[in-house]
Amino acid sequence: MATTELSERPAKRLSAPATKRVLPGFGLSLGISLFFISLVLLLPISGLFIRAAGMGWEQFWFVITDPRVVASYKVTVLAALAASLFNCVFGLLLAWVLVRYEFPGRRLLDAIMDLPFALPTAVAGITLATLFAENGWYGQYLAKLGIEVAFTPLGIVVAMAFTSLPFVVRTVQPVLEEMAPEDEEAAMSLGASDMTVFRKILMPTLWPAIVTGGALSFARSLGEYGAVIFIAGNSPYVSEVISLMIFVRLEEYDFPAASAIAAVVMTISLLLLLVINVWQGRYLKRLQGG
Amino acid sequence: MAARKHRRVGDSPVVRRSLVGLAVALTLLFLFMPLALIFVQAFAEGWAGYVSNILNEYTLHAIGLTLFVALLTVPLNMVFGVFLAWLVTRFRFPGRKLLTTLIDIPFAVSPVVAGLLFLLLYGSNGWVGQWLGEYDIQLMFSWPGIVMVTVFVTCPFVARELIPLMQQQGREEEEAGVVLGASGWQLFRRVTLPNIRWALLYGVILTNARAVGEFGAVSVVSGSIRGQTNTLPLQVELLYQDYNTVGAFAASSLLAGIALITLVVKAIVEWRQSRN
Repeated sequence: MATTELSERPAKRLSAPATKRVLPGFGLSLGISLFFISLVLLLPISGLFIRAAGMGWEQFWFVITDPRVVASYKVTVLAALAASLFNCVFGLLLAWVLVRYEFPGRRLLDAIMDLPFALPTAVAGITLATLFAENGWYGQYLAKLGIEVAFTPLGIVVAMAFTSLPFVVRTVQPVLEEMAPEDEEAAMSLGASDMTVFRKILMPTLWPAIVTGGALSFARSLGEYGAVIFIAGNSPYVSEVISLMIFVRLEEYDFPAASAIAAVVMTISLLLLLVINVWQGRYLKRLQGG
Repeated sequence: MAARKHRRVGDSPVVRRSLVGLAVALTLLFLFMPLALIFVQAFAEGWAGYVSNILNEYTLHAIGLTLFVALLTVPLNMVFGVFLAWLVTRFRFPGRKLLTTLIDIPFAVSPVVAGLLFLLLYGSNGWVGQWLGEYDIQLMFSWPGIVMVTVFVTCPFVARELIPLMQQQGREEEEAGVVLGASGWQLFRRVTLPNIRWALLYGVILTNARAVGEFGAVSVVSGSIRGQTNTLPLQVELLYQDYNTVGAFAASSLLAGIALITLVVKAIVEWRQSRN
């Protein structure tokens, strides 16, 4: 009698694990989570869109297509693209070296990799600006080569690349770690060159992770403010980023214009977030399936 | 021959050495040198200069305000993060996926936009702000506003650390606890917490690092009034713009110290998790 009862239990659980709520706290945790998310996230975000919608299409269009604002879109998007491309290459190299090789200082290198996430952006900003200033540690040598970084769009790229460096490293690293060596070893033993095996066998597994990391890096760079403003020089039409543009409009007490530009930025951010999530979901499914 | 059979890409000594060399050189230039610069600049006027810069009246006030904001923000986001992680990893319900996407929003939003969201709603001509204004309550350009935007910016961190771990651990242990008659609180303290404490610690440390260092969102809602609503990162900006570079880097060195502690805690947490 007792044994049949015991053996029935797991079978029952397996048949309906999704609907049965054995654990306590569903109502409480759902309530707290929904309350918090509504109050902290959804209410302020809908406030922005309602504000922007209230100003009328014509004025909205006029504000967001102001030539100075359009110039700032271009600067931001181009710099973010350049920074995330750099991070894709540099991040792949770092992830590869951290996973594949043993060398003294590897753990230290691994630990310092998250510095850009932990360091406040304003600190990163003044540090990079000082390094790349004309008389700075790097700036003085770059000046001899005729390269100006501080107070140019190149400075924006440097700041964005710094603050979003860990994304590609941290998305590629686990994929490299879990990669099965059989195919790679087989191809190598058949005499294929390193480059061929890398391109034909490793890259097909790695590139979704590189794209994910690159997209995260791009999204972060689009909104970067603290690190950028100290090194950018912030001259209108040349080196103003979108976030700064919103700040400038706020300082002019032009709330409608600030809201309109912010609504554009917010829409792009939310779309990017959605695309990255869908992409990750699909890519994770493939990993689990294969 | 046996060694050749197990050769993998990039195994040749030349490739290995050059890749490691390149990675180390780039990391030195890109990460270590900036870190070194902060401390070199902070101590440019010697130890005495450093201490006097830190003991500057406004810098001290900024340190106090920053700690106060972190003290309110971190526990709030810790409690929320634990509840959200419990919800999405222990129960299946419609909208679960949406909830985990929503929680990522603060990561995707520019900090300046984040600040603006709260300014529009709670500022003197915002919906809530106008109503509060009638009762002489002002949230923006004072510490409550700073706390609100900091909560917004840092709310995903604890949940983001906990969710993957709790998903991986599954709910069998907790279900066993329920069968044995544990109450909800006992279950959390005796079963869940011991399993997640390291990830929770790192989530809290990360939340703290970001709360202490938030710049863009705070600068929109704070008004940067010296000695009143100036947090440490804003004080760094003010000093830097006053051409007091040494003072700015002295203040920065405190923030960099918190960043370094965060990295050390992360390394310890990962080491402990890999041992289990």
